[in-house]
Amino acid sequence: MVVIFLVFFLEFFLGFRLEKAAIHTGAARSSQPRHREIIMAQGPLGATDSTVDAAEIERFSKLAATWWDPRGPMAPLHKFNPVRLGYVRDQAVLHFRRDAKRLDSLKGLRILDIGCGAGLLSEPLARIGAEVVGADPAAANIEAAKLHAAEVGVAVDYRATTAEALADAGERFDIVLAMEVVEHVTDVNLFVRRCAEMVKPGGLMIAATLNRTLKAFALAIVGAEYVLRWLPRGTHQWDKFVRPDELEAALTAGGLSRIGESGVIYNPLADQWRLSSDMDVNYMLTAERPA
Amino acid sequence: MPAAPQPNEILIAGGGFAGLALAVALRQALGRTFRVTVADPAFGKPSQDPRASAIAAAARRLFETIGVWDAVAADAQPILDMVVTDSKLQNSVRPVFLTFAGDVAPGEPFAHMIENGPLVAVLVEKAKAEGVTLIASAVEDFETDSAGITARLADGSQIYAKLLVAADGARSRIRERAGIANHGWNYDQSAIVTTVAHERDHNGRAVEHFLPAGPFAILPLKGNRSSIVWTETAKEAERIIALDDAGFHGELETRFGLKLGDIKVAGARRAYLLGYFVARSFVADRIALVGDAAHMIHPIAGQGLNLGLRDIAALAEAICDTARLGLDIGGGDVLERYQRWRRFDTMTMGVATDGLNRLFSNHSDVLRLVRDIGLGVVDRLPAMKDMFIRQAAGVTGDVPKLLRGEAL
Repeated sequence: MVVIFLVFFLEFFLGFRLEKAAIHTGAARSSQPRHREIIMAQGPLGATDSTVDAAEIERFSKLAATWWDPRGPMAPLHKFNPVRLGYVRDQAVLHFRRDAKRLDSLKGLRILDIGCGAGLLSEPLARIGAEVVGADPAAANIEAAKLHAAEVGVAVDYRATTAEALADAGERFDIVLAMEVVEHVTDVNLFVRRCAEMVKPGGLMIAATLNRTLKAFALAIVGAEYVLRWLPRGTHQWDKFVRPDELEAALTAGGLSRIGESGVIYNPLADQWRLSSDMDVNYMLTAERPA
Repeated sequence: MPAAPQPNEILIAGGGFAGLALAVALRQALGRTFRVTVADPAFGKPSQDPRASAIAAAARRLFETIGVWDAVAADAQPILDMVVTDSKLQNSVRPVFLTFAGDVAPGEPFAHMIENGPLVAVLVEKAKAEGVTLIASAVEDFETDSAGITARLADGSQIYAKLLVAADGARSRIRERAGIANHGWNYDQSAIVTTVAHERDHNGRAVEHFLPAGPFAILPLKGNRSSIVWTETAKEAERIIALDDAGFHGELETRFGLKLGDIKVAGARRAYLLGYFVARSFVADRIALVGDAAHMIHPIAGQGLNLGLRDIAALAEAICDTARLGLDIGGGDVLERYQRWRRFDTMTMGVATDGLNRLFSNHSDVLRLVRDIGLGVVDRLPAMKDMFIRQAAGVTGDVPKLLRGEAL
């Protein structure tokens, strides 16, 4: 009995470590109260039908300067980054028949990174050859991203804008990425549909988010915010998490078809994230617009 | 105004086998846009190194994978058989307690012996062919910033890179400048190293006599020659090295025996003070330590080169995986992965070889009895012996790709 309890407790405890990283870390050390006002009709940048949540933008903006510090508040995201980056690269390489061993494996592919933050994903994708547009509604993030890219000499087209504004402008991409943003928007279906519009025929959309399960509730909300207090209370709203079938339905409504899926779990012994068939908490979907 | 020089991806300080093999492996895996520089003041000078190294099966597979094995094999003697004896110095007959029929897999000898001079020469040629930049100078000092590391060389030049690899030996300047301390101790023993020519063929047999002062190893080289690694107390070694040729020959013959006929010293002799240490950390900000810079173990089991190659195989794999994701090769991901991969393994090997040395280097008759029983038991247990051979050959554990013979 004691042993079972202990095992359960350990799993629970370690689960939080993983959740700590899974969750957008952006919110990690910020403690301002959560604002509930949501901008539906007019986004901050004047786009129509914006799905941007103003309170989320404000919180992430405050962290812009520390985003690239691997030991700073974004440390968990730095740990998580290689596995999602690896997934994106491998999906792209498979779909567009490239060689993953080359240092320019994504050469010539036009990629949109929605909610790019300070460019943790955009910058490495550009370094392996992609033409990346990094979009984030938080101007402070875009400033931090531009500064860092200039410092390390990588060319990324960073823009302080929204998915909706880019779609309105008729932008088209080989790959549209919505990594850890779906659970931060006000209307998942609308957001996904507008993103999907920008996928060229034969192109891909890849989305990563958190599942709306009891396990995710226990780990992300109760554990991380209330028990261990790694995140300020109210950081995540469980009801904004998205189940894979819901995300798939939104992708399908946008004219895409799901061609791949993977969970992401944390291995505490190796202190590493890895892909898994377990999609209960963190997961990613890949969808294709038929050519 | 001349164009600013292109920054290097990686700067390797030290052009021994570890640094050079790393440089070659990275260029092959990551292509010609991945700039690699190796700095060593000994480049372009004839080898001063009288030592030979044992290349275990896993290390051989690494050399095969990076395409130098054919050139190395021309100078390498396969060890087909290994004999361990345990006796007092005066005993004319040294009873054999342990023999290893040396195959790891059918047709694969468990080690090859090669002199360090020809081995490094082969690797230098290969590095040049792969477009590695070689600089004949030493890294004196360095400074890190958020995106890279600037190294200052003894010739006054500066090199900027994402990652600096310290392959600069047991007295690593970079380790010292990075403020990384060592765990370890000296044995108050030295190894006298020389090369001996003998009348009869050694038939690929390596012999290790466990004499009271420590192991006396006869390791077969190409062409009726053997490399000698002869352990004495530091003071005694000093005395022996200082003897005239006839005196040195006499001391050598007492230990070598007459099994291979007349012998003759056929190379320089040098004494190396023995120690055991492991660096407290294998990494620092934008710095990775490999080979003797990270650890030095007792040569009793001949694992120094093999440990060094395991280091660079692990580091090369971490660098490749990271570079192919467009991530920073000098960042925390690479360094943490490398450290986690290598440090524990090194400690295990270090402690094991230290224990072996302490067990064998003494005059106690009780311990002699204990270890002889131990060796006798091992000799009669094929499964256990196989495990020792495989461990000695470096093919167990979480093995990096290059040591499994797979391309990066």
